[in-house]
Amino acid sequence: MKKLDYERPIINKVNAGMPDKFGMGTRVPIISHIEELAIKDIMAQYGSPLYVISESCIRKTYRQAQRAFASRYPRVQFAWSYKTNYLNAVCKIFHSEGAWAEVVSGFEYSKAIENGISGDQIIFNGPEKSKEDLERAINDGAMIHLDSLDEFYFLGELAHKLNKTAKVALRINLDAGIYPQWDRFGFNLENGEAWHVLNRVMIHDSMELLGLHTHMGTYITAVSAYAIAAKKMADLAIRLFRKFNHSVKYLDLGGGFASKNTLKGAYLPGSDTCPSFDDYAEVITSALLASELPPDRLPLLILESGRALVDDAGFMLGSVLANKRLVDGRRATVIDIGVNMLFTSFWYEHDVLPTQMKSDQTENTTIYGPLCMNIDVIREAVQFPLLQRGDAVVIPRIGAYNMTQWMQFIKLRPPVLLIDEDRNLHLIRKKETYEQFNNMEDVPEHLKT
Amino acid sequence: MMKLKRNIAISENGFLFNPETGDSFLLNPIATEIVNFLREGNDVADVKQLLFDRYEVDVVTLEKNIEDFLEMLQHHELLDR
Repeated sequence: MKKLDYERPIINKVNAGMPDKFGMGTRVPIISHIEELAIKDIMAQYGSPLYVISESCIRKTYRQAQRAFASRYPRVQFAWSYKTNYLNAVCKIFHSEGAWAEVVSGFEYSKAIENGISGDQIIFNGPEKSKEDLERAINDGAMIHLDSLDEFYFLGELAHKLNKTAKVALRINLDAGIYPQWDRFGFNLENGEAWHVLNRVMIHDSMELLGLHTHMGTYITAVSAYAIAAKKMADLAIRLFRKFNHSVKYLDLGGGFASKNTLKGAYLPGSDTCPSFDDYAEVITSALLASELPPDRLPLLILESGRALVDDAGFMLGSVLANKRLVDGRRATVIDIGVNMLFTSFWYEHDVLPTQMKSDQTENTTIYGPLCMNIDVIREAVQFPLLQRGDAVVIPRIGAYNMTQWMQFIKLRPPVLLIDEDRNLHLIRKKETYEQFNNMEDVPEHLKT
Repeated sequence: MMKLKRNIAISENGFLFNPETGDSFLLNPIATEIVNFLREGNDVADVKQLLFDRYEVDVVTLEKNIEDFLEMLQHHELLDR
Protein backbone atom coordinates (compact mmCIF):
# COMPACT_ATOMS: atom_id res chain seq x y z
CA MET A 1 0.00 0.00 0.00
CA LYS A 2 1.30 3.45 -0.90
CA LYS A 3 2.11 5.55 2.14
CA LEU A 4 0.53 8.93 2.73
CA ASP A 5 2.33 12.25 2.11
CA TYR A 6 3.92 13.44 5.32
CA GLU A 7 3.92 16.85 6.95
CA ARG A 8 5.07 17.54 10.47
CA PRO A 9 2.45 17.74 13.23
CA ILE A 10 1.58 21.23 14.44
CA ILE A 11 -0.65 22.79 17.06
CA ASN A 12 -1.62 26.46 16.78
CA LYS A 13 -3.33 28.26 19.61
CA VAL A 14 -6.49 30.09 18.56
CA ASN A 15 -6.15 33.73 19.52
CA ALA A 16 -9.42 35.59 19.37
CA GLY A 17 -8.09 39.04 18.59
CA MET A 18 -9.33 41.91 16.52
CA PRO A 19 -10.79 40.71 13.24
CA ASP A 20 -8.84 41.63 10.15
CA LYS A 21 -11.07 44.27 8.60
CA PHE A 22 -9.15 44.11 5.34
CA GLY A 23 -9.85 40.40 4.93
CA MET A 24 -6.34 39.67 3.73
CA GLY A 25 -5.67 36.21 2.41
CA THR A 26 -3.85 33.84 4.70
CA ARG A 27 -2.77 31.41 2.02
CA VAL A 28 0.94 31.43 1.37
CA PRO A 29 1.61 31.68 -2.37
CA ILE A 30 4.10 29.36 -4.05
CA ILE A 31 6.78 30.29 -6.57
CA SER A 32 7.97 27.13 -8.30
CA HIS A 33 9.20 28.71 -11.55
CA ILE A 34 10.86 31.95 -12.58
CA GLU A 35 10.14 32.87 -16.21
CA GLU A 36 9.07 29.26 -16.80
CA LEU A 37 12.35 27.80 -15.50
CA ALA A 38 11.89 25.40 -12.58
CA ILE A 39 13.58 26.69 -9.46
CA LYS A 40 14.59 23.18 -8.44
CA ASP A 41 16.49 22.79 -11.74
CA ILE A 42 18.24 26.15 -11.31
CA MET A 43 19.30 25.24 -7.76
CA ALA A 44 20.41 21.75 -8.80
CA GLN A 45 22.79 23.38 -11.25
CA TYR A 46 24.03 26.39 -9.27
CA GLY A 47 23.50 25.47 -5.62
CA SER A 48 22.09 27.59 -2.82
CA PRO A 49 21.84 30.47 -2.10
CA LEU A 50 21.82 32.47 -5.33
CA TYR A 51 20.33 35.51 -7.03
CA VAL A 52 18.23 35.31 -10.18
CA ILE A 53 17.32 38.30 -12.36
CA SER A 54 14.66 38.33 -15.05
CA GLU A 55 15.57 40.31 -18.16
CA SER A 56 11.97 40.24 -19.41
CA CYS A 57 10.76 41.76 -16.16
CA ILE A 58 13.31 44.58 -16.31
CA ARG A 59 12.34 45.42 -19.89
CA LYS A 60 8.63 45.21 -19.19
CA THR A 61 8.89 47.46 -16.13
CA TYR A 62 11.11 49.97 -17.92
CA ARG A 63 8.69 50.19 -20.84
CA GLN A 64 5.77 50.73 -18.48
CA ALA A 65 7.60 53.60 -16.80
CA GLN A 66 8.75 55.10 -20.09
CA ARG A 67 5.24 54.89 -21.54
CA ALA A 68 3.68 56.44 -18.42
CA PHE A 69 5.81 59.57 -18.78
CA ALA A 70 6.29 59.76 -22.56
CA SER A 71 2.56 59.57 -23.18
CA ARG A 72 2.06 62.68 -21.03
CA TYR A 73 5.11 64.85 -21.72
CA PRO A 74 6.96 65.27 -25.01
CA ARG A 75 10.55 65.00 -23.81
CA VAL A 76 11.41 62.29 -21.28
CA GLN A 77 14.70 60.60 -20.48
CA PHE A 78 15.42 57.93 -17.86
CA ALA A 79 18.90 57.64 -16.38
CA TRP A 80 19.67 54.29 -14.77
CA SER A 81 20.61 54.71 -11.12
CA TYR A 82 23.81 52.66 -10.95
CA LYS A 83 23.90 52.32 -7.17
CA THR A 84 20.59 50.44 -7.24
CA ASN A 85 22.13 47.59 -9.23
CA TYR A 86 25.38 48.05 -11.09
CA LEU A 87 25.88 44.57 -12.41
CA ASN A 88 27.04 45.22 -15.97
CA ALA A 89 24.44 42.91 -17.52
CA VAL A 90 21.65 44.74 -15.68
CA CYS A 91 22.98 48.19 -16.66
CA LYS A 92 23.31 47.10 -20.28
CA ILE A 93 19.68 45.98 -20.37
CA PHE A 94 18.60 49.44 -19.19
CA HIS A 95 20.96 51.15 -21.64
CA SER A 96 19.66 49.02 -24.50
CA GLU A 97 16.18 50.30 -23.61
CA GLY A 98 17.49 53.85 -23.95
CA ALA A 99 18.41 54.78 -20.38
CA TRP A 100 21.35 57.06 -19.69
CA ALA A 101 23.54 56.48 -16.62
CA GLU A 102 23.26 58.19 -13.25
CA VAL A 103 26.41 57.59 -11.22
CA VAL A 104 27.62 58.74 -7.82
CA SER A 105 31.31 57.78 -7.75
CA GLY A 106 34.34 57.40 -9.98
CA PHE A 107 33.89 53.65 -9.73
CA GLU A 108 30.33 53.81 -11.08
CA TYR A 109 31.44 56.34 -13.72
CA SER A 110 34.03 53.85 -14.99
CA LYS A 111 31.38 51.16 -15.12
CA ALA A 112 29.07 53.39 -17.17
CA ILE A 113 31.86 54.14 -19.68
CA GLU A 114 32.70 50.41 -19.88
CA ASN A 115 29.04 49.72 -20.49
CA GLY A 116 29.19 51.88 -23.60
CA ILE A 117 27.65 55.09 -22.32
CA SER A 118 29.21 58.29 -23.67
CA GLY A 119 30.19 61.02 -21.23
CA ASP A 120 27.42 63.36 -22.36
CA GLN A 121 24.86 60.75 -21.26
CA ILE A 122 26.29 60.38 -17.77
CA ILE A 123 24.79 62.28 -14.87
CA PHE A 124 27.42 62.57 -12.17
CA ASN A 125 25.75 63.02 -8.79
CA GLY A 126 26.91 62.64 -5.24
CA PRO A 127 28.86 64.45 -2.54
CA GLU A 128 32.23 62.89 -3.39
CA LYS A 129 33.88 63.56 -6.72
CA SER A 130 37.68 63.44 -6.71
CA LYS A 131 39.95 65.69 -8.78
CA GLU A 132 40.51 62.86 -11.25
CA ASP A 133 36.78 62.14 -11.40
CA LEU A 134 35.93 65.76 -12.12
CA GLU A 135 38.67 66.17 -14.71
CA ARG A 136 37.42 63.11 -16.52
CA ALA A 137 33.83 64.35 -16.33
CA ILE A 138 34.81 67.82 -17.65
CA ASN A 139 36.72 66.27 -20.53
CA ASP A 140 33.90 63.85 -21.36
CA GLY A 141 31.24 66.56 -21.20
CA ALA A 142 29.34 64.70 -18.48
CA MET A 143 26.55 66.40 -16.56
CA ILE A 144 28.14 67.28 -13.23
CA HIS A 145 25.55 67.87 -10.53
CA LEU A 146 26.96 70.25 -7.95
CA ASP A 147 26.39 69.22 -4.36
CA SER A 148 28.18 71.93 -2.35
CA LEU A 149 29.80 75.35 -2.64
CA ASP A 150 33.18 73.72 -2.04
CA GLU A 151 32.58 71.53 -5.05
CA PHE A 152 31.49 74.56 -7.11
CA TYR A 153 34.76 76.38 -6.43
CA PHE A 154 36.86 73.25 -6.89
CA LEU A 155 35.21 72.40 -10.21
CA GLY A 156 35.54 76.01 -11.39
CA GLU A 157 39.29 75.96 -10.77
CA LEU A 158 39.74 72.62 -12.51
CA ALA A 159 37.73 73.65 -15.58
CA HIS A 160 39.64 76.93 -15.78
CA LYS A 161 42.99 75.09 -15.64
CA LEU A 162 41.87 72.66 -18.33
CA ASN A 163 40.60 75.62 -20.36
CA LYS A 164 37.27 73.81 -20.76
CA THR A 165 33.66 74.51 -19.92
CA ALA A 166 32.17 72.19 -17.31
CA LYS A 167 28.57 71.14 -17.97
CA VAL A 168 26.79 71.47 -14.66
CA ALA A 169 23.42 71.19 -13.00
CA LEU A 170 22.48 72.19 -9.49
CA ARG A 171 21.28 69.62 -7.00
CA ILE A 172 18.48 71.31 -5.10
CA ASN A 173 16.75 70.24 -1.91
CA LEU A 174 13.30 71.60 -1.24
CA ASP A 175 10.26 71.32 0.98
CA ALA A 176 7.66 69.23 -0.83
CA GLY A 177 5.61 68.58 2.26
CA ILE A 178 7.08 65.22 3.15
CA TYR A 179 9.09 64.05 6.11
CA PRO A 180 12.01 63.64 6.40
CA GLN A 181 13.08 66.55 4.23
CA TRP A 182 16.42 65.59 2.79
CA ASP A 183 18.59 68.68 3.16
CA ARG A 184 22.02 67.12 3.17
CA PHE A 185 22.36 66.97 -0.59
CA GLY A 186 22.73 70.05 -2.76
CA PHE A 187 21.43 73.54 -2.05
CA ASN A 188 18.23 74.57 -0.34
CA LEU A 189 15.58 76.28 -2.40
CA GLU A 190 13.43 77.95 0.23
CA ASN A 191 16.23 79.75 2.11
CA GLY A 192 17.62 81.25 -1.11
CA GLU A 193 20.86 79.24 -1.15
CA ALA A 194 20.06 77.58 -4.48
CA TRP A 195 19.31 80.91 -6.17
CA HIS A 196 22.46 82.41 -4.75
CA VAL A 197 24.60 79.61 -6.19
CA LEU A 198 22.73 79.62 -9.50
CA ASN A 199 23.67 83.27 -9.92
CA ARG A 200 27.31 82.37 -9.41
CA VAL A 201 27.15 79.47 -11.84
CA MET A 202 25.52 81.67 -14.49
CA ILE A 203 28.33 84.22 -14.45
CA HIS A 204 31.14 81.65 -14.19
CA ASP A 205 33.38 81.64 -17.26
CA SER A 206 34.13 77.92 -17.09
CA MET A 207 30.67 76.55 -16.39
CA GLU A 208 27.55 76.04 -18.43
CA LEU A 209 24.31 75.43 -16.56
CA LEU A 210 22.47 72.59 -18.27
CA GLY A 211 19.85 71.67 -15.73
CA LEU A 212 18.25 71.66 -12.32
CA HIS A 213 18.02 68.54 -10.23
CA THR A 214 16.18 67.46 -7.11
CA HIS A 215 15.78 64.11 -5.43
CA MET A 216 13.49 64.35 -2.44
CA GLY A 217 13.97 61.00 -0.80
CA THR A 218 13.33 57.32 -1.19
CA TYR A 219 10.25 55.10 -1.27
CA ILE A 220 7.96 58.15 -1.55
CA THR A 221 4.35 56.99 -1.68
CA ALA A 222 2.86 60.51 -1.57
CA VAL A 223 2.65 61.46 -5.24
CA SER A 224 1.52 64.97 -4.25
CA ALA A 225 5.10 65.67 -3.16
CA TYR A 226 6.23 65.28 -6.77
CA ALA A 227 3.65 67.81 -7.92
CA ILE A 228 5.02 70.36 -5.45
CA ALA A 229 8.62 69.60 -6.37
CA ALA A 230 7.94 69.78 -10.11
CA LYS A 231 6.18 73.13 -9.72
CA LYS A 232 8.99 74.58 -7.62
CA MET A 233 11.60 73.39 -10.11
CA ALA A 234 9.65 74.81 -13.04
CA ASP A 235 9.30 78.15 -11.22
CA LEU A 236 13.04 78.23 -10.62
CA ALA A 237 13.73 77.53 -14.29
CA ILE A 238 11.39 80.39 -15.26
CA ARG A 239 13.11 82.74 -12.83
CA LEU A 240 16.44 81.88 -14.43
CA PHE A 241 15.01 82.55 -17.88
CA ARG A 242 13.64 85.92 -16.83
CA LYS A 243 16.90 87.09 -15.29
CA PHE A 244 19.48 85.53 -17.62
CA ASN A 245 17.45 84.70 -20.73
CA HIS A 246 18.80 81.19 -20.21
CA SER A 247 16.67 78.10 -20.78
CA VAL A 248 17.80 75.07 -18.84
CA LYS A 249 18.06 71.99 -21.05
CA TYR A 250 16.63 69.66 -18.45
CA LEU A 251 14.78 69.31 -15.18
CA ASP A 252 15.85 66.19 -13.30
CA LEU A 253 13.19 65.12 -10.80
CA GLY A 254 15.35 62.30 -9.44
CA GLY A 255 13.81 59.05 -8.33
CA GLY A 256 12.36 57.82 -5.08
CA PHE A 257 9.40 56.00 -6.61
CA ALA A 258 8.27 53.20 -4.29
CA SER A 259 8.52 49.54 -5.21
CA LYS A 260 5.88 47.00 -4.25
CA ASN A 261 7.83 45.76 -1.26
CA THR A 262 6.26 46.29 2.16
CA LEU A 263 8.14 48.61 4.51
CA LYS A 264 8.63 47.40 8.07
CA GLY A 265 5.82 48.69 10.25
CA ALA A 266 3.48 49.32 7.30
CA TYR A 267 -0.15 48.44 7.96
CA LEU A 268 -0.94 47.30 4.43
CA PRO A 269 1.22 45.44 1.93
CA GLY A 270 3.26 47.55 -0.48
CA SER A 271 1.61 45.85 -3.44
CA ASP A 272 -1.67 47.51 -2.36
CA THR A 273 -0.33 50.93 -1.41
CA CYS A 274 2.48 51.63 -3.87
CA PRO A 275 1.51 54.23 -6.52
CA SER A 276 1.85 53.23 -10.17
CA PHE A 277 4.17 54.87 -12.69
CA ASP A 278 1.06 56.49 -14.14
CA ASP A 279 0.26 58.05 -10.75
CA TYR A 280 3.74 59.58 -10.49
CA ALA A 281 3.79 60.59 -14.17
CA GLU A 282 0.39 62.27 -14.00
CA VAL A 283 1.30 64.67 -11.18
CA ILE A 284 4.81 65.47 -12.40
CA THR A 285 3.90 66.11 -16.02
CA SER A 286 0.71 67.98 -15.09
CA ALA A 287 2.69 70.32 -12.84
CA LEU A 288 5.26 70.98 -15.56
CA LEU A 289 2.69 71.53 -18.30
CA ALA A 290 0.61 73.80 -16.07
CA SER A 291 3.64 75.94 -15.20
CA GLU A 292 4.78 79.12 -17.01
CA LEU A 293 7.44 77.14 -18.90
CA PRO A 294 7.14 78.20 -22.56
CA PRO A 295 5.68 75.27 -24.57
CA ASP A 296 8.25 75.66 -27.36
CA ARG A 297 11.13 75.42 -24.91
CA LEU A 298 10.01 72.68 -22.55
CA PRO A 299 13.04 71.22 -20.81
CA LEU A 300 13.87 67.53 -21.04
CA LEU A 301 12.37 65.70 -18.07
CA ILE A 302 14.97 63.36 -16.57
CA LEU A 303 14.04 60.62 -14.10
CA GLU A 304 16.50 58.58 -12.09
CA SER A 305 14.22 55.91 -10.75
CA GLY A 306 16.09 52.81 -9.56
CA ARG A 307 14.19 50.75 -7.03
CA ALA A 308 10.83 50.83 -8.84
CA LEU A 309 12.44 49.71 -12.10
CA VAL A 310 14.43 46.72 -10.91
CA ASP A 311 13.06 45.43 -7.60
CA ASP A 312 10.49 43.08 -9.14
CA ALA A 313 13.06 41.55 -11.49
CA GLY A 314 15.22 40.09 -8.70
CA PHE A 315 14.71 36.81 -6.83
CA MET A 316 16.78 35.21 -4.12
CA LEU A 317 16.77 31.43 -3.91
CA GLY A 318 17.82 29.59 -0.77
CA SER A 319 17.21 26.54 1.41
CA VAL A 320 16.03 25.70 4.89
CA LEU A 321 18.96 24.80 7.16
CA ALA A 322 17.10 23.97 10.36
CA ASN A 323 13.83 24.21 12.25
CA LYS A 324 13.98 25.12 15.91
CA ARG A 325 11.65 25.93 18.76
CA LEU A 326 12.13 29.16 20.72
CA VAL A 327 11.50 29.22 24.47
CA ASP A 328 8.13 30.93 24.09
CA GLY A 329 6.94 28.13 21.82
CA ARG A 330 7.41 30.02 18.57
CA ARG A 331 8.82 28.19 15.60
CA ALA A 332 12.16 29.39 14.24
CA THR A 333 13.38 28.46 10.77
CA VAL A 334 16.99 29.07 9.77
CA ILE A 335 17.61 29.61 6.06
CA ASP A 336 20.89 30.07 4.18
CA ILE A 337 19.97 33.64 3.11
CA GLY A 338 21.25 36.19 5.61
CA VAL A 339 21.23 39.97 5.99
CA ASN A 340 24.74 40.01 4.52
CA MET A 341 23.27 39.19 1.11
CA LEU A 342 19.76 40.57 1.68
CA PHE A 343 20.48 44.04 3.00
CA THR A 344 16.95 45.22 2.24
CA SER A 345 15.57 42.92 4.94
CA PHE A 346 16.51 45.77 7.31
CA TRP A 347 13.82 47.90 5.58
CA TYR A 348 11.31 45.48 4.14
CA GLU A 349 9.06 42.68 5.29
CA HIS A 350 10.20 40.44 2.47
CA ASP A 351 8.00 37.58 1.40
CA VAL A 352 9.71 34.26 2.03
CA LEU A 353 7.85 31.71 -0.06
CA PRO A 354 8.01 27.96 -0.62
CA THR A 355 8.61 26.43 -4.05
CA GLN A 356 6.12 23.63 -3.41
CA MET A 357 3.56 22.93 -0.74
CA LYS A 358 1.90 19.79 0.50
CA SER A 359 -0.84 21.50 2.53
CA ASP A 360 -2.09 24.92 3.55
CA GLN A 361 -0.92 24.45 7.15
CA THR A 362 1.29 27.21 8.54
CA GLU A 363 2.90 28.10 11.83
CA ASN A 364 3.85 31.47 13.26
CA THR A 365 7.56 31.48 12.50
CA THR A 366 10.62 33.66 12.91
CA ILE A 367 12.94 33.32 9.93
CA TYR A 368 16.63 33.67 10.69
CA GLY A 369 19.59 33.87 8.37
CA PRO A 370 22.66 31.63 8.72
CA LEU A 371 24.99 34.16 10.35
CA CYS A 372 26.20 33.73 13.91
CA MET A 373 24.92 37.22 14.70
CA ASN A 374 21.76 38.19 16.54
CA ILE A 375 20.85 40.83 13.95
CA ASP A 376 20.49 38.21 11.23
CA VAL A 377 16.69 38.12 11.09
CA ILE A 378 14.87 37.96 7.76
CA ARG A 379 11.32 37.99 9.19
CA GLU A 380 10.36 38.56 12.84
CA ALA A 381 7.00 36.81 12.63
CA VAL A 382 5.33 35.32 9.61
CA GLN A 383 2.80 32.56 8.95
CA PHE A 384 5.13 30.08 7.33
CA PRO A 385 4.44 26.64 5.80
CA LEU A 386 5.88 23.49 7.35
CA LEU A 387 9.13 23.22 5.48
CA GLN A 388 11.83 20.72 6.38
CA ARG A 389 15.62 20.95 6.20
CA GLY A 390 16.74 21.14 2.57
CA ASP A 391 13.46 22.53 1.22
CA ALA A 392 13.86 25.49 -1.12
CA VAL A 393 12.60 29.01 -0.43
CA VAL A 394 12.22 32.01 -2.75
CA ILE A 395 12.36 35.68 -1.79
CA PRO A 396 10.91 37.79 -4.61
CA ARG A 397 11.38 41.55 -5.23
CA ILE A 398 15.02 41.85 -4.24
CA GLY A 399 16.45 43.38 -7.43
CA ALA A 400 17.17 46.79 -5.91
CA TYR A 401 20.16 47.53 -3.66
CA ASN A 402 20.92 43.94 -2.60
CA MET A 403 23.46 43.32 -5.34
CA THR A 404 25.29 46.55 -4.46
CA GLN A 405 24.96 46.82 -0.69
CA TRP A 406 25.78 43.17 -0.09
CA MET A 407 28.48 42.52 2.46
CA GLN A 408 31.36 40.08 2.46
CA PHE A 409 30.59 39.26 6.06
CA ILE A 410 31.22 35.76 7.45
CA LYS A 411 30.40 34.27 4.06
CA LEU A 412 31.30 35.02 0.46
CA ARG A 413 28.78 36.51 -1.93
CA PRO A 414 26.64 34.07 -3.91
CA PRO A 415 26.47 33.92 -7.71
CA VAL A 416 24.01 35.96 -9.79
CA LEU A 417 22.11 34.46 -12.72
CA LEU A 418 20.18 36.18 -15.48
CA ILE A 419 17.26 34.62 -17.34
CA ASP A 420 17.17 36.20 -20.78
CA GLU A 421 14.08 36.79 -22.90
CA ASP A 422 14.45 33.38 -24.55
CA ARG A 423 14.52 31.68 -21.12
CA ASN A 424 18.26 30.95 -21.29
CA LEU A 425 20.17 31.03 -18.03
CA HIS A 426 23.40 33.06 -17.82
CA LEU A 427 25.87 33.32 -14.96
CA ILE A 428 26.42 37.11 -14.81
CA ARG A 429 28.46 37.20 -11.61
CA LYS A 430 30.47 34.27 -10.36
CA LYS A 431 30.36 33.05 -6.80
CA GLU A 432 33.20 34.73 -4.91
CA THR A 433 36.14 32.59 -3.90
CA TYR A 434 38.28 32.35 -0.81
CA GLU A 435 41.38 33.02 -2.89
CA GLN A 436 40.03 36.33 -4.24
CA PHE A 437 39.61 37.73 -0.77
CA ASN A 438 42.77 36.35 0.71
CA ASN A 439 44.85 37.64 -2.19
CA MET A 440 44.02 41.22 -1.20
CA GLU A 441 45.62 40.78 2.21
CA ASP A 442 49.25 40.90 3.24
CA VAL A 443 50.79 39.76 6.52
CA PRO A 444 53.81 41.76 7.81
CA GLU A 445 57.12 39.86 7.80
CA HIS A 446 57.31 39.49 11.62
CA LEU A 447 53.93 37.75 11.74
CA LYS A 448 54.61 35.30 8.97
CA THR A 449 56.19 32.53 11.04
CA MET B 1 4.18 7.59 30.05
CA MET B 2 3.02 10.65 28.15
CA LYS B 3 -0.67 11.22 28.97
CA LEU B 4 -3.02 13.77 27.61
CA LYS B 5 -5.10 15.59 30.22
CA ARG B 6 -8.35 13.69 30.56
CA ASN B 7 -10.87 16.38 29.90
CA ILE B 8 -9.33 17.60 26.65
CA ALA B 9 -11.83 17.54 23.78
CA ILE B 10 -10.84 17.23 20.14
CA SER B 11 -13.02 17.27 17.05
CA GLU B 12 -12.56 15.23 13.88
CA ASN B 13 -11.16 18.19 11.98
CA GLY B 14 -8.54 19.08 14.57
CA PHE B 15 -10.20 21.64 16.82
CA LEU B 16 -8.95 21.05 20.37
CA PHE B 17 -10.47 22.56 23.50
CA ASN B 18 -9.05 22.64 27.02
CA PRO B 19 -11.96 23.30 29.43
CA GLU B 20 -9.55 23.91 32.33
CA THR B 21 -8.13 27.05 30.78
CA GLY B 22 -10.66 27.85 28.07
CA ASP B 23 -7.89 27.73 25.46
CA SER B 24 -8.61 26.32 22.03
CA PHE B 25 -6.20 25.12 19.37
CA LEU B 26 -6.09 24.09 15.72
CA LEU B 27 -4.19 20.95 14.76
CA ASN B 28 -3.26 19.65 11.33
CA PRO B 29 -4.49 16.12 10.41
CA ILE B 30 -1.36 14.26 11.51
CA ALA B 31 -1.28 16.12 14.83
CA THR B 32 -4.95 15.23 15.32
CA GLU B 33 -4.04 11.58 14.73
CA ILE B 34 -1.28 11.76 17.34
CA VAL B 35 -3.59 13.25 19.94
CA ASN B 36 -6.18 10.57 19.22
CA PHE B 37 -3.56 7.81 19.47
CA LEU B 38 -2.46 9.22 22.85
CA ARG B 39 -6.08 9.43 24.04
CA GLU B 40 -6.53 5.78 23.14
CA GLY B 41 -3.70 4.97 25.55
CA ASN B 42 -0.88 4.35 23.07
CA ASP B 43 2.57 5.25 24.34
CA VAL B 44 4.93 7.42 22.30
CA ALA B 45 6.85 4.47 20.81
CA ASP B 46 3.57 2.99 19.55
CA VAL B 47 2.53 6.32 18.07
CA LYS B 48 5.83 6.61 16.21
CA GLN B 49 5.45 3.14 14.78
CA LEU B 50 1.82 3.73 13.76
CA LEU B 51 2.79 6.92 11.93
CA PHE B 52 5.89 5.43 10.38
CA ASP B 53 3.76 2.64 8.92
CA ARG B 54 1.25 5.08 7.46
CA TYR B 55 3.37 8.01 6.20
CA GLU B 56 6.14 8.53 3.68
CA VAL B 57 8.80 9.75 6.10
CA ASP B 58 12.21 8.75 7.45
CA VAL B 59 12.63 7.76 11.10
CA VAL B 60 14.87 10.67 12.08
CA THR B 61 12.52 13.32 10.70
CA LEU B 62 9.53 11.63 12.31
CA GLU B 63 11.23 11.34 15.70
CA LYS B 64 12.38 14.95 15.85
CA ASN B 65 8.97 16.22 14.68
CA ILE B 66 7.09 14.11 17.25
CA GLU B 67 9.45 15.21 20.04
CA ASP B 68 8.86 18.81 19.04
CA PHE B 69 5.10 18.30 18.91
CA LEU B 70 5.03 16.71 22.36
CA GLU B 71 7.04 19.65 23.69
CA MET B 72 4.41 21.95 22.26
CA LEU B 73 1.63 19.95 23.96
CA GLN B 74 3.59 20.36 27.19
CA HIS B 75 4.15 24.05 26.47
CA HIS B 76 0.40 24.55 26.09
CA GLU B 77 -0.18 22.55 29.32
CA LEU B 78 -2.13 19.80 27.63
CA LEU B 79 -0.15 16.90 29.12
CA ASP B 80 -0.15 15.19 32.52
CA ARG B 81 3.50 14.54 33.25
